[in-house]
Amino acid sequence: MHRLSHLQTLEAESIHILREVAGEFQNPVMLYSIGKDSSVMLRLAQKAFYPAPIPFPVLHVDTGYKFKEMIEFRDSYTAQIGVRLIVHQNREAIDAGADPFRLGTSKCCGLLKTQSLLDALRAGGYDAAFGGARRDEEKSRAKERIYSFRDARGQWDPKNQRPELWNLYNGRIDPGESIRVFPLSNWTELDVWEYIHAESIPVVPLYFAKERWMFERGGSLISPEQSIIPRLPGEKPKLVRCRMRSLGCSPCTGAIYSDADTIPKIIEEIIGFRRSERENRVIDHDQDGSMEIKKREGYF
Amino acid sequence: MAAAQEIPLNFEIEQFLAGERAKDLLRFSTAGSVDDGKSTLIGRLLYDSQNVYEDQIRSVTKASVNRSAGAIDFSLLTDGLRAEREQGITIDVAYRYFATARRKFIIADTPGHEQYTRNMATGASTAELAIILIDARKGVLPQSRRHSFIASLLGIRRLIVAVNKMDLVGYSREVFERIRAEYSAWSAHLVLPGARPGAHPSTYFVPLSALEGDNVVDRSANMPWFEGPSLLEYLETVETGDGSAAGAFRFPVQRVIRPDQDFRGYAGQIASGVVRPGDEIYALPSGQRSRVRAITTFDGDLAEAFAPMSVTLSLDRELDLSRGDMLAGVEEPPSAAAHFETRIVWLNERPLDLNRRYLLKHTTQLVSARIVAAARTDIRTLQSEPVSELQLNEIGTVEIETSKPLFFDAYESSRGTGSLILIDPETNATAGAGMIVKAVAARPLRPSGPVTAVERRARYGHGPAVIALGERENLAALLERRLFDRGCAVTVLRQPEEAALSALHAAGMIAIALGPEADLELASDDAAAASEIIERLFAEKWETGGGI
Repeated sequence: MHRLSHLQTLEAESIHILREVAGEFQNPVMLYSIGKDSSVMLRLAQKAFYPAPIPFPVLHVDTGYKFKEMIEFRDSYTAQIGVRLIVHQNREAIDAGADPFRLGTSKCCGLLKTQSLLDALRAGGYDAAFGGARRDEEKSRAKERIYSFRDARGQWDPKNQRPELWNLYNGRIDPGESIRVFPLSNWTELDVWEYIHAESIPVVPLYFAKERWMFERGGSLISPEQSIIPRLPGEKPKLVRCRMRSLGCSPCTGAIYSDADTIPKIIEEIIGFRRSERENRVIDHDQDGSMEIKKREGYF
Repeated sequence: MAAAQEIPLNFEIEQFLAGERAKDLLRFSTAGSVDDGKSTLIGRLLYDSQNVYEDQIRSVTKASVNRSAGAIDFSLLTDGLRAEREQGITIDVAYRYFATARRKFIIADTPGHEQYTRNMATGASTAELAIILIDARKGVLPQSRRHSFIASLLGIRRLIVAVNKMDLVGYSREVFERIRAEYSAWSAHLVLPGARPGAHPSTYFVPLSALEGDNVVDRSANMPWFEGPSLLEYLETVETGDGSAAGAFRFPVQRVIRPDQDFRGYAGQIASGVVRPGDEIYALPSGQRSRVRAITTFDGDLAEAFAPMSVTLSLDRELDLSRGDMLAGVEEPPSAAAHFETRIVWLNERPLDLNRRYLLKHTTQLVSARIVAAARTDIRTLQSEPVSELQLNEIGTVEIETSKPLFFDAYESSRGTGSLILIDPETNATAGAGMIVKAVAARPLRPSGPVTAVERRARYGHGPAVIALGERENLAALLERRLFDRGCAVTVLRQPEEAALSALHAAGMIAIALGPEADLELASDDAAAASEIIERLFAEKWETGGGI
């Protein structure tokens, strides 16, 4: 009986995409956010080119506000698997003191993530950039192509995307244009965790529950790790058993109350929850359809 | 709620994970007209199978203030982009994910209105099954036929005809049966040009109300007369798989993997068939033979691999292979041709142009291509007529010539090696989606012996014919020109003798005979008469030996 499980099917599809890009583009790069999806994407890249090494570098856009544990994990894991790591920061904005409380989250993201990403892609002359985004994350992503065309300014036009049929991807671009490639498009959050479990893929320890010092604000748990967080009168961090459901900048990524300290427990928690994972990201609450606006501007 | 992933009290995560590992994947597409309630149906499937997140429901409740809907407007769970939320219609293919205790699903949710054939074809291209939605109050509309046609065109072998809004017709069995009879009568005639007999999709009819939830997840108490499974029960149990593992072995090479002098492997995704170490293969286009030495993966060497797995193969004998080449089983090698017939969906605002060059992507290779003949298919009548261009969202059959031979199978038997896209080299747009029917000029791998009638037919794309036109010299010249331009093997005989005619017949050619005899009643206008003859020639399927 020749039948693949759903994870095997997804894996085969993603590997095909990774190889197509390596075969068709001059200078691809893999965006590496250090999160669980990036971990899966890296493992798939190892598989796609085995026994040869991954034939492109990984790029981390560092806002300077990432959790310390993320940066430690990034440096040790990329060294361990032997992939070339490029770190890019928007030094100018960081030195000018860009922070989400002074500028607002949208503007801060715009400078430290979107602008920084576009600068990094331009500086590297990359014609294709892999991202770990999944279509199930957010409504505007449900229509994203696997090969997502970006114009010379790195922008996305939802009305002008190329039709994508079968597994025949159109990677033709003119100089200056680029393609963002999403090999995990068809994976769900649950698929990602099941794969991490099945393949024993290392992830940042922040995903696992433990006692952490947190500000408790409304329903949100904010890490006091960065000194820029304004304190409310009399407010003190509390020790809370919690974990991160998705990783981002520490001032803008809320933790969730959780007891899940193993991957099976995380999976159990996810199938129990009926909340989409982006909800605990402060950044998406700015306005209705905010992700779509960010994407039009060039955000991943 | 048999289907929903509820967490029982005695939940065991290891047991759950074991169940998860056993699940397979079913990809299906949905199509419906604007008001058929398609988004509501999908929203209901996601909601009732508990695949909708709480915060999405909250945000939808917030967003739906401006729309006239009930407590939860399910359609807003699936409508994505701002532009379409403003217009109140879905405008592009959206992919949705849900799972039940038995299976994982990917829905390609495609818009239903006429100008978006492109999106429907896109959604159907990766689907194994399609749901056609019909409004019970309206019955089978031209849209429903269009959706069914496109699903067949894209090779979908299973259809579900979902008769929706049964609540608005009093859950009437008569209405359902009437629609079923009407659809069945029409679909019996839905045979694509050149299709194999028996290529018909199997069809399941189900009456439902997406708004009320009847027969979507749970069987409806309002329709006790219907004994079949609910929509979701059917989706959970229908046989999956596109049969690609059962086909002949095809392995388009994506990349040569060469970490050091000791290892040389060919990376790719198996398009069809099964491969084991020791299997003899052809390397195409060189035609050299070798044997598979090992199937290498990150997780260790395999004793067997099958479609659609992504693997790396190394061979007994080192061959000079690169991206775009193909490994194929020696028993049934693919067709090889640089001139072939393809069904096509035109995807671009800029019409198909016979005078322009296109880039063609097939498996892992990109070649230069020209379209040498085109016919447009009318979806209502399924009739084709020769044309010089195809517009956006039009469907037709074309002949394509490529700068070098492609190695392919008919799309009907292999999606992976029978599909292609055309790219406009000026705009880089994906302009056309093609489904290969057959070689027009076949080049068998190792031809030998006398040339056969079958080979002639494959090269010319037609069988022999004699057309007696009486004394109409101008018509003969015009007809010869038009047939010649289509790639036909054609000549005009001025003094037809029996011996000459039978020699041409044996050579598989079309002979236009001038002389005393005329065996057709034709329009007096030469252009009209030529069109009429061509239409009859190509309508009457020369493959069957018929024709004029």
